[in-house]
Amino acid sequence: MTKTTLSRRGVLKSGAVAGAGLALPTIFTASSAAAFTNEPTGGTVTLGFNVPQSGPYADEGADELRAFELAVEHLNGEGGGGMMNTFSSKALKGNGIMGKKVQYVTGDTQTKSDAARASAKSMIEKDGAIMISGGSSSGVAVAVQGLCQEAGVIFMAGLTHSNDTTGKDKKANGFRHFFNAYMSAAALAPVLEKLYGTDRQAYHLTADYTWGWTQQESIQAATEAMGWKTVNNVLTPLAQTDFSSYIAPVINSGADVLVLNHYGGNMVNSLTNAVQFGLREKQVNGKNFEIVVPLYSELMAKGAGQNIKGIVGSQNWDWKLEDDGTKAFVKAFGEKYGFPPSQAAQTCYAQTLLYADAVERAGSFNPCAVGEALAGYEFDGLGNGPTLYRADDHQCFKDVLVVRGAENPQDEFHLVEIVEVTPVEQVTYDPEHPMFAGGNLGECNPGA
Amino acid sequence: MDAIILQILNGLDKGSAYALIALGLTLIFGTLGVVNFAHGALFMIGAFCAVTLSKLFNLSFETLDPTKKDFLGNPLKVKTPYVQEWFGPDVGAWLIDWSVPLAILFSIPIMVAIGFVMERGLIKHFYKRPHADQILVTFGLAIVLQEIIKSNFGANPVPTPAPEVFRGSFDFGVLLGFDPNVIIYPYWRMVYFAFAAVIIGGVFAFLQFTTFGMVVRAGMADRATVGLLGINIDKRFTIMFGLAAAVAGLAGVMYAPINSPNYHMGMDFLVLSFVVVVVGGMGSLPGAVAAGFLLGILESFASMNEVKSVIPGIDQIIIYLVAIVILLARPRGLMGRKGVMED
Repeated sequence: MTKTTLSRRGVLKSGAVAGAGLALPTIFTASSAAAFTNEPTGGTVTLGFNVPQSGPYADEGADELRAFELAVEHLNGEGGGGMMNTFSSKALKGNGIMGKKVQYVTGDTQTKSDAARASAKSMIEKDGAIMISGGSSSGVAVAVQGLCQEAGVIFMAGLTHSNDTTGKDKKANGFRHFFNAYMSAAALAPVLEKLYGTDRQAYHLTADYTWGWTQQESIQAATEAMGWKTVNNVLTPLAQTDFSSYIAPVINSGADVLVLNHYGGNMVNSLTNAVQFGLREKQVNGKNFEIVVPLYSELMAKGAGQNIKGIVGSQNWDWKLEDDGTKAFVKAFGEKYGFPPSQAAQTCYAQTLLYADAVERAGSFNPCAVGEALAGYEFDGLGNGPTLYRADDHQCFKDVLVVRGAENPQDEFHLVEIVEVTPVEQVTYDPEHPMFAGGNLGECNPGA
Repeated sequence: MDAIILQILNGLDKGSAYALIALGLTLIFGTLGVVNFAHGALFMIGAFCAVTLSKLFNLSFETLDPTKKDFLGNPLKVKTPYVQEWFGPDVGAWLIDWSVPLAILFSIPIMVAIGFVMERGLIKHFYKRPHADQILVTFGLAIVLQEIIKSNFGANPVPTPAPEVFRGSFDFGVLLGFDPNVIIYPYWRMVYFAFAAVIIGGVFAFLQFTTFGMVVRAGMADRATVGLLGINIDKRFTIMFGLAAAVAGLAGVMYAPINSPNYHMGMDFLVLSFVVVVVGGMGSLPGAVAAGFLLGILESFASMNEVKSVIPGIDQIIIYLVAIVILLARPRGLMGRKGVMED
């Protein structure tokens, strides 16, 4: 019979060591034996798609998820291949990523930063996701990008339009394919000048949060540069539903243009209210009163119904473009789901292919190698024409669309018509531009 | 001056919605003693009754037009609403155009039935439970209802326009001697205000001038005594729950063209309507209506640039600020009765 000697001090010491070990977040320990976080070891690789599945942007999130599913299908060699056939890089072979079959997990951002971080964290820690993508809000994108930087995985942003995502909040592990508020303004200004002239008085209603502020700042700077004057900028609460009391002061403000720096439900409601108050029929300063919505979305256009007719805005992409990449994507998406994809879907699909392609070219899943392959990468064939993933800030530079609500849409898919494709040179800015100042990419973090 | 008149008009239609929702809320509280957090969801369901009728009228059959192509390059499927096929193009188009006003008739039986099922199926089990339990269960119910709507209609707002004839705006300024286009106001918001006035008047008349209403008022004042007289007051209160649901539903139906309905719209109104009820005085019907209009108008004024430049952010807090001041000065609210929620 052996006698076990347990001292009080010994038990306390062992308990403390074991406790400290258990208390260590698994995010720092899960891959301690690996070279980087969630290094794939078997025959599969897991991607994490973090999209709004509940809350006000759930429909946009559902479209993003459809695009992700399609991209995974194509990466695994199923379906017709979609934009893989038109992509300028030929590194992807339809055999997964580096021969590993692609599988995915999904999370619900709820369009709330804390919920989005929690779902991304869960996908990284519990499901072993090596890349996170998706989202429909800049607040969420900035929050999840920060988490991915800490965790040592790549973040391929979904729909995020604030300058801050690749400006003051940029991160080495984060990459944005979608355009931004500055680009919207730079693309819109010349078209607005052509359509409405240089002598205009603009009144801004702006959603009171990061995206609204950067959107307003950008469009005000661009329109003032061409001679417009800004009569007023009124910040409106994000939770506002009835904008009538904000629209009423516009009527006698002397303004002849109303700029709605709103997105989603805010945009639908403020535009509907503005049209109800007869602003579209109004004449001010001897000119027709005009309304501008800098950031457009097909889903929002659907929500605004007839009120969107003739309203000018900008988009990252539209399914009616004529290039081969767009045609291939619309065909694949339309045949699978029965309707054309939204711009949110296109950016998510493109981001998934771009990530997979970067892994293939780098020959490694290591986020630092992938980041290196993406930074400064020039490509074509993904629907936006020749595109550069700029190394300085991990922002994609490509043509931007100026669009307008169709007067007589032939069906529910033709609510928006393309007015102009603004060349990339016109929307390119210096990485040190004041609207993007204050941030630092920092060092790539591989995690382990 | 023109800005002040415009904001008063704005406040009136905003106040109409608050008053209609608060009226139903306080009716339920006054009769059944239940704090119903699902009342905003009833407003939302009303709006979706308008959406549903509009969708029913727009149900279509498809024919192929070989001269036009769809987004995949196939012959375009042209949709023709069944109502235009059955009743002719003019009548069909009229039905579609007038779907929101027609939804008033469509929604009443639906809302009464929903109210009845809610009360009999769930809420009656919580009559004798603390208000905190009632709030929890009705709040949970509200979330269930909005998720059901979201799963059927999606998360995006659904445009539900007013009839063509009401889509423009009226030049009030000219009537009052101002220059043209100085005070313009949407027709449909005027219709909404008039509609709210009729509904509120109808509910008051029903309670004031009918035997049923008299019994309900007696029950609100002293439930036990009315019961001792052999009157089944519970049955009448259940009917009042159905009536309150119908009032909230009608408020939602007519609100649909003002802001495209979405599944969350009930929650947006719920908190404000509760503040309205508390400011008006728990259980006081005239108080709810008066507070609804008062807070609607104050909220509109607080959104004016001149006011916001003096007190930034006042538009966000005005309603709660006024509520604090009124409750400090008159703890039972504007027209609250002694003994309500004081035991």
